[in-house]
Amino acid sequence: MAGVSTQTFASVKSRTIYFWILSLLLVLSFTLATVLQPRAGTWTSRSGAENVLKVVLGDGRRLFANHFFVQADVSFHSGYYPSIFDHTALPKDSSPMIADSEQHDEHAGHACQGEHDHNSAKCSDDHAGCAHDHGEKGHEHDPHEKAMSFLGTPRDWVEAFGRRFMITEHTHLSAGNEREMLPWLKLSAELDPQRVDSYTVAAYWLRTLGKVDEAERFLRDGWRNNPNSYEILFELGRLYHEARKDIERTRNIWELALAKWGEQQANSDEPDLRALSQIAIHLGRMEESEGRLVRAVELLQLAQKASPNPEVLAKDIEELKHKATLPVKAP
Amino acid sequence: MNIVTALSGVVIKELYRRKDFYVLFILTALITLVMGSISFFNDARIARYLKEICLMLIWISALVIATTTTARQIPAERENRTIFPLLAKPVTRWHVVAGKFLGCWLASGMALVVFYFFFAVVSGTRDSHWPLLQYAQIVLLHWAMLAVVISLTLLGSVILSAPSSNMTICLVFVLGILLLGRHLNQVALEQPEPIRSLIYLVYYVIPHLEWYDVRDLIIYEHKLIAWSDCALAGLYAFVYSGFLLMGTWLAFRRKPLHL
Repeated sequence: MAGVSTQTFASVKSRTIYFWILSLLLVLSFTLATVLQPRAGTWTSRSGAENVLKVVLGDGRRLFANHFFVQADVSFHSGYYPSIFDHTALPKDSSPMIADSEQHDEHAGHACQGEHDHNSAKCSDDHAGCAHDHGEKGHEHDPHEKAMSFLGTPRDWVEAFGRRFMITEHTHLSAGNEREMLPWLKLSAELDPQRVDSYTVAAYWLRTLGKVDEAERFLRDGWRNNPNSYEILFELGRLYHEARKDIERTRNIWELALAKWGEQQANSDEPDLRALSQIAIHLGRMEESEGRLVRAVELLQLAQKASPNPEVLAKDIEELKHKATLPVKAP
Repeated sequence: MNIVTALSGVVIKELYRRKDFYVLFILTALITLVMGSISFFNDARIARYLKEICLMLIWISALVIATTTTARQIPAERENRTIFPLLAKPVTRWHVVAGKFLGCWLASGMALVVFYFFFAVVSGTRDSHWPLLQYAQIVLLHWAMLAVVISLTLLGSVILSAPSSNMTICLVFVLGILLLGRHLNQVALEQPEPIRSLIYLVYYVIPHLEWYDVRDLIIYEHKLIAWSDCALAGLYAFVYSGFLLMGTWLAFRRKPLHL
C-alpha cells in the first residue's frame, strides 16, 4: 500500500461505487421489467404476435400497404402504369387492381365459368382461357386496354424524347412471371392484415402457379385476420374445388361465404352484388355438376338477381328447371 | 488540362478517404441482402422486387454521394484557406471549377461502377439473367445525370452560404424533377393563363433528369434503348452541365475568397 497514492485509492473507490450503482440500477430495471411485462400486455389490445412493423408504424402502415398493393399491379403491367397525373386513366375503384372486373361478370355463367373477379391481373388471365383470348396483350376494344392507353400522343418534344427512356407498351406478366407480383402482395398483407384483396389476389396467382399449399396457407392467414370475409371464403372454396377437387368442403365453404355475405351485405345500402353473383354462380354450377339441380336453380336465380344482365342466366335456369322436372330413368 | 486532372485527383482521393461511400455501400448491400434472404411463398426465382429495392438504394446513395462530395469542395477550400495557396500557383478559378467538377464526376462514376457491379451480381445470381448492355446503358445514363447534379451543386456551393443548405436545396430540386418533371406539361395544360405559360416555361427550362431514370427498363426486362437516344441524352446532359459550370465560374470569378 506504500506505493499507492491517496488519489489513486480515491479513484478506485469512486469507480467501485459507480460500479455498484450501475449494478443496482441494472437489477432494478430487470426486476421492474419482469413485474411490468405481464401487466403491460393488458394495457393495450395488441397481442404478442403482432409484428414490429405494426408497432412501429401504427395505422400509418395501411398507407404503405396500399402502396405495395398498387406496386403489385404495376409489376403485373411490367412497369407500364398511370401516375396520379394520368387521372383520367386511374380506376374509380379504391383499388386499381379491381379496375376492369365488372365488365366480365356476365360471362360467368358461360365459357369463363365465373373466373372474372378481383383484379385486372386475374381478368387478363381469365380471358386468356376464354373465347376472348387476348393473351399477353389486351385487344383494342377491351375497356381495360382503353383505360391503360393513358399516354396518348406526346404533347411536346420533351415528352416525345422522354418516352424513349420509359415503358410505353401495355403488357401483362405471363409464363409464370406472375410470381413477381407476390412479394408486394405479401408485404401488403403483412402491413394491413384487414386488406382482403391482398390475400385473394395472391392466392389466385399462387393457385394458378401451382402453389396450392402456399395459397391455402395464405388464405387461411387471411381468414384468421378477417373471419367474416366472404371474399376470402369464396377464394378458399375455389381452391378446394379447382385444385383439391374436394366437393364437400367446397360446398361448406361457399355456403358459409353466402351466409357471411347475407349477414354483412343484405341490409347494406350498396350491397356487393358482384361478389354475391360470383359465389352463387360458382356454387350453382358445382351443384349442377353434382346433380343437385333444385339447389342449382335456386343459386342461379340468386345470381340472376345480383347480376346487372340477368337475361344471360335466364336460359340456363330454364334448362335446369326442365332437367329437374324430368323423371329419373331407371338404370 | 494537367492542372484540372491534378485537381480532380485530389477530389477522388478525398472520396475514398472519407467514410460516406463505404457507409452507403454497406447499407445498400446489407438491406439488399436481407431483403434477398426473405423467402416469399418458397419461390427462389422471384427477383424483381429485389432489383427494385437495390436500384432505389443505389439511386439514393449516388445522389447523396454526388451532392455531399460536391457541396463541400469550394466552401472547404475557403474555410481552410487552402484556396489561397491553390490560386497562388498557376491555377485559375476556371481550373478550380473544372477540376472540382471532374473530380466529383469521376469519383461518382467510380462509386456507380461499384454499386452496379454489386447489383449485377445480386440480380444475376437470382435470376441467371445477365443483360450486360442494358447495365452499361443504365450506368452511362445515370452517370450523365450525375454530371448535371454535380454541376448544379457546384453552382449552389458558390451562391449559397453553407454546404448543408446547398445539399438540401439541390436534393429537393433533383428529387422534385425526378418525380414531377415528366408531368409538368400535363399540369400546365390544366391551368389558366398566365400560370400555364409560366409552368410550361419551367418545364422547358429545368434539366429533364427523369429521362435518365431507366430503372424500370432493367427491372421489367424491356428491350435495349437505342444507342443514338443515349448519345442524345448524354449530349443534353453535357450541354446542361457546361451551362451550369459556366454559371459557377461567373459567380466564382467575382466571389471574394475570404469568409
